[in-house]
Amino acid sequence: MTPENIKSEVEASIPGCQLEIVSNPSPSGQHSLRIDPAHAVAIATFLRDAEPLRLDYCSNVTGVDWPGKEISEKVKVKKLVDGVEQEVEEIRKTQTIGHLEVVYHLFSMEKKHGPVILRMRTEDRAERVHLPSLTPVWRSAEFQEREIFDLYGVIFDGHPDLRRILMWDGFEDHPMRRDYVEPDDFEYEPTAHDEVLERARQHRTVMGPL
Amino acid sequence: MDENLKSELRKQGIVATTLQELYNWGRKNSLWPLNFGLACCAIEMIAASMARYDMARFGAEVFRPSPRQADLMIVAGTVTKKMAPQVVRLYNQMAEPKYVISMGACAISGGPFKQGYNVLKGIDRYIPVDVYIPGCPPRPEALIDALMALQKIIDKQSLTGADRPRHLQADAPSEFVVPEFGAHDLEPSQNPEVWQPPLVNISLGGTDDAGKH
Repeated sequence: MTPENIKSEVEASIPGCQLEIVSNPSPSGQHSLRIDPAHAVAIATFLRDAEPLRLDYCSNVTGVDWPGKEISEKVKVKKLVDGVEQEVEEIRKTQTIGHLEVVYHLFSMEKKHGPVILRMRTEDRAERVHLPSLTPVWRSAEFQEREIFDLYGVIFDGHPDLRRILMWDGFEDHPMRRDYVEPDDFEYEPTAHDEVLERARQHRTVMGPL
Repeated sequence: MDENLKSELRKQGIVATTLQELYNWGRKNSLWPLNFGLACCAIEMIAASMARYDMARFGAEVFRPSPRQADLMIVAGTVTKKMAPQVVRLYNQMAEPKYVISMGACAISGGPFKQGYNVLKGIDRYIPVDVYIPGCPPRPEALIDALMALQKIIDKQSLTGADRPRHLQADAPSEFVVPEFGAHDLEPSQNPEVWQPPLVNISLGGTDDAGKH
């Protein structure tokens, strides 16, 4: 039951779906499959029901935030310099779009194998953050998808009860995103260093001299 | 009254006391805690109330499930920001005189979650705390020590005078502002009537500018 086998089986039985093997170079070698959100429910139902996989147990759902990166590359461009055409090196900066990723860990109680790891990515991190919910397939995903909705801001279409689960309803931020700015309710810190030291300095000026 | 004379009278079978002593003696030996726990500290609180540590020896075994009947709030455990308004509301619903023991690192300052976004950095930001117990979690002996410290505080309270306790001052507040859930944090994030950020002389890393401001 290698990822390659699963990929070929899924692609054979669900027309049009795209799977990508994400290899894990660490000693654990837990490779995962990135599935396309459009076919996610069909793929998940197939993985759950089809022999010989029968992945009937979704043990864990979690999220990953991939913020956009600035990539700078050197490009040779032909330019007119002092009336002469010359090749000049330019640094071109491009901004990649970030993603929010959801990871499902699947096991089979019946066949006693696993894990099979599924990944899904949103299109970006701001507006197009919709993914299909896999709660209709594995009921155990319900609370964990709510948690990902709460902490990462992924909106799961088809979820039966998509509310915040850890933070309160009026809360607007998504604390597990890498660009989250936590509220400034800082006070005394005995061993201030790095960022905490910087904040301690700022608060010292606000609070005034001792 | 002179202590020597009092003990001499006691030997003769005569008990002399004052109204204040009698009143405080009764109150300090019937501290009924509010029956609620927030995290692992609550397990130690339960252990302290059971037979092995036996908080009943101090008259504090009657855990009341209603804030109306409780004298003592033991804030035992991590106060998340989602839970903080409920804790303050429970405190407001308790009848005077009421006391608070802040049990464990989390209830004092946020503890290991101090740098996090979802844990209140000390319940003393919203309600006045009488006794703090450090520890993670504190042992039942520490809770009993805190209870005895609170009994000493109650014993010293005078019924009259400018320093009389809060419940004997008509204009002193007995309810405190319950924070609201805001878009990013609790609002207000602290109650300035109860708590101000402490000014502590800290060494700010390599360039020690403490005290130069």
